[in-house]
Amino acid sequence: MTWSEMQPLLEQACWDTLYMVGWSTLIAVVGGLPLGILLVLTDRGGLLQNVVANKVIGQVVNIARSMPFIILMVALMSFTRTITGTTIGREAAIVPLAIGAIPFFARLVETAVREVDHGLVEAVQAMGGNTWTVVRRVLVPESLPSLISSATTTVVALIGYSAMAGTVGAGGLGDIAIRYGYQRFETGLMWITVAVLAVVISVIQFAGDYAARRLHRRGGGSGAAPRLRLLKAGPKLGKAA
Amino acid sequence: MITTSGLTKVYRSRGREVTALDGVDLHVREGEVYGVIGQSGAGKSSLIRCVNLLERPTAGTVSVDGHDLTALAGRGPRAGRELRRARSRIGMVFQHFNLLSSRTVQDNVELPLEILGTSGKERSRKALELLDLVGLSDKAKAYPAQLSGGQKQRVGIARALAGDPKVLLSDEATSALDPETTRSILQLLRDLNRQLGLTVLLITHEMDVVKSICDSAALMENGRIVESGTVSELLATPGSELAAALFPVGGDASGDDRTVIDVTFQGDAATRPVISQLSRTYNIDISILGAAMDTVAGRQVGRMRIELPGVYEENVVPIGFLREQGLQIDVVGERELVKDGAK
Repeated sequence: MTWSEMQPLLEQACWDTLYMVGWSTLIAVVGGLPLGILLVLTDRGGLLQNVVANKVIGQVVNIARSMPFIILMVALMSFTRTITGTTIGREAAIVPLAIGAIPFFARLVETAVREVDHGLVEAVQAMGGNTWTVVRRVLVPESLPSLISSATTTVVALIGYSAMAGTVGAGGLGDIAIRYGYQRFETGLMWITVAVLAVVISVIQFAGDYAARRLHRRGGGSGAAPRLRLLKAGPKLGKAA
Repeated sequence: MITTSGLTKVYRSRGREVTALDGVDLHVREGEVYGVIGQSGAGKSSLIRCVNLLERPTAGTVSVDGHDLTALAGRGPRAGRELRRARSRIGMVFQHFNLLSSRTVQDNVELPLEILGTSGKERSRKALELLDLVGLSDKAKAYPAQLSGGQKQRVGIARALAGDPKVLLSDEATSALDPETTRSILQLLRDLNRQLGLTVLLITHEMDVVKSICDSAALMENGRIVESGTVSELLATPGSELAAALFPVGGDASGDDRTVIDVTFQGDAATRPVISQLSRTYNIDISILGAAMDTVAGRQVGRMRIELPGVYEENVVPIGFLREQGLQIDVVGERELVKDGAK
């Protein structure tokens, strides 16, 4: 295969991957953020303490998260068909990708939000703030650097999932690697696909880390979360503080 | 201004019960600085957090500025609209400042105003005015991480004042600060108390805090208030633990046949030469074991530990003379006798 043959294939595959991952990330954030916050709020000692709700949400999230993606994808086929009218193509892949990513992101959100210093929540309560104020003014903005890191992790995981979706006709880079690299022994194209994937993942990871660090640099110093993150930042500790 | 009656808080966890507050009656008058002092675990923190119902009392009532907060609380664990409104009229400052690291100093001060629904222009006017009041007008655009501890607490105080509260609760506000900064923060609280007529309830484990700014104080032990009153009342109470802690004098008797007494001077008694009068009138030798002068709650107070020759029975008359002079006398190590004498 020559480069001029590969180029349009790769271009299309790249766009397909980004399209699937982009939409499913968006849906995962929209669905996972409230779910993760709810997990914290309904927990024992939380602002909306509700042990039953917490257990139910926690169980659903756990099961959905530990389900191998390829099985989830197959299991959701009829559901996907109801929503998109098909089970093939990039639109159809978004459904299982998003559903798989929502609990994944929700758990990461839960961890990030839990790290917000409870003193800040109390301060806002002492000012007369309600639960919604606490969520909007404290929990989300104070954990934003961690939330961005979590979203980055989710995007990278979704790229991995999308390659699996590619094997059942979703298109994208995974599809190229399987069809050309595995089935037709086009080793060259496969290696290029691997390289492209590596570049895409690196760029996303870099952008996510950069955004999280930028947000974090101005903050820190008033709770457990920033301190923990400073430790992780290692040599940048001096600058961040 | 703040009244609690029979305030009780019991924490239950895994079948164990811990009584943090055991029937606390507290009365804070309008415009005063009231200090609650005690060791960690005495229940101070539970007490101050029950005042704005961050902690729900198990029993008893809390009223602030004439509003019975316990009645507003409702039954559920969540704060209803009325309780939230009442809270917005009570300022609170914290030991660890609790500033939002994602917001600038000015935005932190504006936060209570956002909750109250104040318009943007009015918010920033008020926030800048308050930052000016606490001496941080040049730090409005800084982030909390860029400030020192004392500056952070000033922001905390400015934020607590944003809702124009009549009452300020201070939860160990100076405990995380060095002595120098502590002094400047206490001075600020004192100034605000005078300028704005703000009633301040503070809890602390540092006697110096009580000494330098409190009008009244209470000592807490095991969830109970064991002593309370205005600082001058306390100093005038024979055998008061708080008075002794506020104003320690040391020194031991040089022999068994001696009487050691603590003499407390307040106001104009501090300026009269009572000791030399005593010495001349009864022709006795007096040794001074320890002495200190200090300003407590803005008043000159002196305390002296002196030793008289002879046992207590032989010194009843000289001690009576000192009492006549308007001095407060505590006989050291003879507490029973002191109480008899006071009758």
